[in-house]
Amino acid sequence: MSLLDYLIANRADVLARTVEHLFLVGSSVGIAIFIGIPTGILLTRRAALRKPIIGFVNVIQTIPSLALFGFLIPVPLIGGIGARTAIVALSAYALLPIVRNTYEGIRGIDPAVRESGVAMGMTDAQLLREVEFPLALGVIVGGVRLATVIGIGIATIAAAIGAGGLGVFIFQGISMVNNQVILAGAIPAALLALAADAGLGLLERRYSRWRRA
Amino acid sequence: MTTDASPTAAVEFDDVSLRLGCVDVLRRVPFRAASGETTVILGRSGAGKSSALRLVNRILEPTSGAVLVDGRPTTEWDPIALRRHTGYVIQRIGLFPHRTVAANVALVPRLLGWERERLERRTAELLELVGLPAAEYAGRYPTELSGGQQQRVGVARALAADPPILLADEPFGALDPVTRRELQVEFRRLATQLGKAVLFVTHDVREAHRLGDRIVLLAEGRVVFAGSPAEFGESRIPAAVAFQPEDEA
Repeated sequence: MSLLDYLIANRADVLARTVEHLFLVGSSVGIAIFIGIPTGILLTRRAALRKPIIGFVNVIQTIPSLALFGFLIPVPLIGGIGARTAIVALSAYALLPIVRNTYEGIRGIDPAVRESGVAMGMTDAQLLREVEFPLALGVIVGGVRLATVIGIGIATIAAAIGAGGLGVFIFQGISMVNNQVILAGAIPAALLALAADAGLGLLERRYSRWRRA
Repeated sequence: MTTDASPTAAVEFDDVSLRLGCVDVLRRVPFRAASGETTVILGRSGAGKSSALRLVNRILEPTSGAVLVDGRPTTEWDPIALRRHTGYVIQRIGLFPHRTVAANVALVPRLLGWERERLERRTAELLELVGLPAAEYAGRYPTELSGGQQQRVGVARALAADPPILLADEPFGALDPVTRRELQVEFRRLATQLGKAVLFVTHDVREAHRLGDRIVLLAEGRVVFAGSPAEFGESRIPAAVAFQPEDEA
């Protein structure tokens, strides 16, 4: 049986795992946006927090993903077996690119533009809402794009703690020594990553046009 | 070095010192700038000119002494109110690249909550004033304009809410000589016509002569000369002499 035949024969299963996978990545990137963008903005306002917070999210990034999933299993409330634990870990991984790009995006704005805003009598909130955020949005979306692509890859490992997703095929294939089954998980995951990269890339370019002054 | 005693100058520096880090930027600076006059602050790079302007809109605060705007120390002003009371034009222009020319010009009036109709009328009027007809330029983005046109928008933006004080920090420094000359002439006309207190920073003595009703020369954070351009031209103070245009041989 060829790979294509296998995919067709198991299409319902492949589709269900793909949806699970998207849910894992979508919700974790969503949480990371919710936490990461305000954190990045905070860092532009409080220089003293920059090193500890960037350092912290950097350190998370260095923990091997399988180990992080494992560490979280015994933790009460956020741990255990299943999707919830995986989403916590994936959110943590997604933080770095989002926090850093939010910070760098705002920092990278022409100082003359910010100075004008201040000197015209904009409040800090007005400056953020009307100048800094719109001008940094392209870079911020770039961070979300990176977080999403990385997340789609890492989420395959979440199957190891019973979170489902396309990784289920991969782990099954490994234990069965069956490449076809591995590919039934790996290929849709790769396609998802490519699609997310292209789609968010379009969005990133759209919001970046103000940077090419 | 004392000036005519009008009751309250629009801007008055009362023995102002400014220390940033461990650098004495300004040392016991006195001067007054009156409404309807352009006061040029002249000096070499690092003389403290730009810092002096930033004291007026309270981006900086004096280490000692007081900067009085309409007779009140800047430290007693609400900084937001103060900044809406003072227009600001800088060399690097700083237009908002994601907003149209019209939206850039309308910024301060919009922050002040003007209604739409008045806002649009004012924007068109200002663009006309700086020589950029609204019909043609209102909808463009800053990057679609030349440097000279961008700075015209910068001037219009600074004047939008009709602030009694206008601060200009080498606004024409980055423009080519022909455009610069053109804008200087128009700026002079505007300044005379609008009756504002203009504080204009430059290191270009010719510009100082063209635009200034009064010249204040700063050197190493001190006022070494204050007077009319004619007096400046005759001054024998070494720091002033160093600034005189070289005689043509």
